[in-house]
Amino acid sequence: MIEVLERSGLRGRGGGWFPAGRKWRAVSDHVEERPALVVVNASEGEPLSAKDRTLALHRPHLILDGAQVAAESVGAEGIVIYLSSPSRPLVRALHRSLRERRDAGVREVPVRVVRTAHRYVAGESSAVVRRLNGGPSKPGFAPPYPSERGVGGRPTLVHNAETIANTALVARFGDAWFRARGTAGAPGTALVTLSGSVRHPGVYEIDVGTPLVDAIGLAGGVAGATAGVLVGGYAGTWIAPAAVAHLRLTPDEVALGCGVLGVLGGHGCGLSESARIADYLARQSAGQCGPCVHGLRAIADAMLRIAASDANPGDLERVRRWALQVTGRGGCHHPDGAIHNVVSALEAFPDHLALHLRGMPCHGWADGALPPPPRSTPGWR
Amino acid sequence: MRDPNAADGPPRLRLNPILCDGVGYCAEIVPELIRLDDWGYPIVERRPLEDGRLQRLARRAVAQCPRVALALTAAEDTRGS
Repeated sequence: MIEVLERSGLRGRGGGWFPAGRKWRAVSDHVEERPALVVVNASEGEPLSAKDRTLALHRPHLILDGAQVAAESVGAEGIVIYLSSPSRPLVRALHRSLRERRDAGVREVPVRVVRTAHRYVAGESSAVVRRLNGGPSKPGFAPPYPSERGVGGRPTLVHNAETIANTALVARFGDAWFRARGTAGAPGTALVTLSGSVRHPGVYEIDVGTPLVDAIGLAGGVAGATAGVLVGGYAGTWIAPAAVAHLRLTPDEVALGCGVLGVLGGHGCGLSESARIADYLARQSAGQCGPCVHGLRAIADAMLRIAASDANPGDLERVRRWALQVTGRGGCHHPDGAIHNVVSALEAFPDHLALHLRGMPCHGWADGALPPPPRSTPGWR
Repeated sequence: MRDPNAADGPPRLRLNPILCDGVGYCAEIVPELIRLDDWGYPIVERRPLEDGRLQRLARRAVAQCPRVALALTAAEDTRGS
């Protein structure tokens, strides 16, 4: 099965698009020492994403099928479904499905459901491992990687829920079937969550490689002109209005992340949205690394002043300097993602930027087009 | 996990930013390889250390870190920051 998965070309849908087969291989290479553990990551810390929870709610058996296939293939003796609260309907759906499988008399690898506090970084694989080891859901510093030594020292396969569901389909229909859709570099379909100024926000399934405009069309399109699109989530990339028409949704063309498409219409201001997101991500820092704690806060504060058309002299230059200084210096990639968002907004919206720096008021700052970032909740478990 | 002392080829500095508290001794000991950012946290050069003098200074910076956040690792080990 590992060979079939490698041939399928399936890549992780949690955001990194890492080859799934390579992950399975790494885990199975370490199982001689101890049995492995499979973790289905449905924590979905990305505020603009709803695909994993939608999938788990409507196709729980597909996820459980995939988890069983993964467990058998890599030599795991346990499965954990990792969720973030609040997720009561999800927990109910999963327990009901588990009961149905037990009632049907299927002998399977035991499954446990674990919930954690809703935190942006709680789904990072080393944070998942720390939480399951009884600690906070904060990222750890690798190595060792989860595939080497994860939960309880066991080789641990952490996969996003959509990735796991895809492995069930690969097991059922084969690698050639899977490759029939998507691109050569990233076969298959992807779940995308459309939000913002589209007529029908929600979760849609697209072939990888679908033009961005077609995906927006699936959600009923935008009333008026598109003022920019955030692709990939809070750690994603702002696409300038002029570039929207040419972009294809493949991880080889744009950091597709977890498939978030945040669409701005008419008066939408990507700069303002980016500032609000940077502020949220600064507050979502696990507080472990100096560059993240201080750097993201400083960048977000300067961006909030720029977005409010109330910038201090030198704010823009400082943001650019801090972006270079902080990137790559966290224990995880949280600061990198936040900075990528900010830098891409500065690049994508030069006209807006000029307006803001001249102190002109902006509609997009007063009324956001994207759903506002959630309030940060306390706690790490 | 790799034993950093068993490194073949020139070593390089590696910082664990989770452990680092920005004490800053390292930047005083080997400013050629470590400078501080606007908040006093070290920015560490990742290049392999061919030079014997730099290697010695780097080793001292590692030994002096009260948080045990600095390490010398094999040059080909590109993991971590």
